[in-house]
Amino acid sequence: MFITNVAILVLAGFVGYAVISKVPNTLHTPLMSGTNAIHGIVVLGGIIVLGLGENLSVFDKGLLVIAIIFGTINVVGGFLVTDRMLEMFKSKPAPPKQDDEEQA
Amino acid sequence: MSTVLATSFFHSGDLIAVLYIVAFSLFIYGLSGLTGPRTAVRGNRIAGVGMGIALLATFLIDGMGNWVLIIIALIIGTIIGIPSARSVKMTAVPQMVALFNGVGGGAVALIAWAEFNDTSGFAGEPLTFVIPSLFAAIVGSVSFWGSNIAFGKLQEILPGHPISAGRLQQPLNLILLLIALASAVAIASGETATIYILVLLGASALLGLFVVLPIGGADMPVVISLLNAFTGLSAAATGLALNNTALIVAGMIVGASGTILTRLMADAMNRSIPSIIAGGFGGGGGEAGATGAGEHGGTVRATSAADAAIQMAFARQVVIVPGYGMAVAQAQHAVRELASELEKRNVEVKYAIHPVAGRMPGHMNVLLAEADVPYDQLKEMDEINPEFSRTDVALVIGANDVTNPAANTNSDSPIYGMPILNVNESKSVIVLKRSMNPGFAGIENELYFEPMTSMLFGDAKSSVAEITAELTAL
Repeated sequence: MFITNVAILVLAGFVGYAVISKVPNTLHTPLMSGTNAIHGIVVLGGIIVLGLGENLSVFDKGLLVIAIIFGTINVVGGFLVTDRMLEMFKSKPAPPKQDDEEQA
Repeated sequence: MSTVLATSFFHSGDLIAVLYIVAFSLFIYGLSGLTGPRTAVRGNRIAGVGMGIALLATFLIDGMGNWVLIIIALIIGTIIGIPSARSVKMTAVPQMVALFNGVGGGAVALIAWAEFNDTSGFAGEPLTFVIPSLFAAIVGSVSFWGSNIAFGKLQEILPGHPISAGRLQQPLNLILLLIALASAVAIASGETATIYILVLLGASALLGLFVVLPIGGADMPVVISLLNAFTGLSAAATGLALNNTALIVAGMIVGASGTILTRLMADAMNRSIPSIIAGGFGGGGGEAGATGAGEHGGTVRATSAADAAIQMAFARQVVIVPGYGMAVAQAQHAVRELASELEKRNVEVKYAIHPVAGRMPGHMNVLLAEADVPYDQLKEMDEINPEFSRTDVALVIGANDVTNPAANTNSDSPIYGMPILNVNESKSVIVLKRSMNPGFAGIENELYFEPMTSMLFGDAKSSVAEITAELTAL
């Protein structure tokens, strides 16, 4: 089973390479943000360990709850921020921007 | 619940495996959508749907408990994640990505820690479980602390210039890495005391801090990208430990893509990844750059908005060179208005986008797209560089290091060899800048002392607005 998983791992590496190497320069920031959201999948790891753990101590439950919170922030925030960035590549009437907080 | 329903029709393990396959297919399909501006929005959403399916499948796993805690944690994460992503300004996106990346790495490290405790120090567990878990713990911890430092530097909570222990830095980092590895070896060979995992996590945390602290702000996008790849790899390792296909595939795809992206960014800056990790761009280099400019001793010519307006009104071609200064001042809409005003006077306007202008590749594109600048006016470096010799006015808005001719001419300069925008070839250059402070890399820009260059000091947004006002009044 472990070897099968390693095989999947290696193939996934090549898939990632093939898919990403075609992305134009201008989309690199959204791409980084999008892949960033995808590794938020670790939230599943937290859910599985917490969900299947039978004799977890209170401390360990706490660690896993924080892990799930972190993972969720990673997923939700990552996808939303990428979406906001990409929306700006669509043409739309220019809304004048109000928040012009300057830094000295 | 749906669990009961699903198990009555399927063997739930098969159903979960099938849903995971659907989920990672959607990740791959979604990511390939990110290759073009037209399909990118959809691509990101497709990947998001994939994430939802993967989550759903995980809920169907047999014998899951602790539902209350899981649901509460998911809700808290969502409550924190949505507003921070909704309210972040486009200029602050790089540090937001760093933060989201950091918490992902933190989650990986915490899971490994809890697994260690739950199995009484991995006692009697197979190495195929222990080794990936230890790898995840080290890399996740490095990524969490490193990303937080990157966030602090970009948010300007921490100073952007390199902070390091000088010559001691490399041996110190090496010692920390060896301590982390030694703890890992001890655990893998049967030690079960809690102290080992704490030392491992602690040494990795310090390593994350000490590796990123000496790196100058200019290199930060590369570092974030690298840490992004690290978090992906650690997620894949967690997947190996938990025998979870979705984690393995998604984590590894991010690991691979992040590595490529990191290399592309480093190439654009003519820097090698090892030399960035070794730090000290602004350390030794900054001093050399500073003396270089001091000896240069040229004079700087200041100009007014009215002069700048007149120059541009009678130009045939104006090339706008945006940089981080435009982002900070939120000047993109003002820039767009200036360009429209120039176009009304039949001046050709183009935008020169350096691959690392701003603090991330594509940062300028995002901002200018936000202001509805047509996509085809944005020219990449190789496309625009031959144009400068027939450009009347190059308007540099808060860009610094990417226009510094020292990169082509001064072999002592720390940025020597970095591909730059050759704005000094245009007939005249107007630089909008807040002050004469050097840029993020901490190097003086020789461009400012050239005879065809004039400086318009002030906030980029108000300067651009003033020029536009003068232009309409002409």
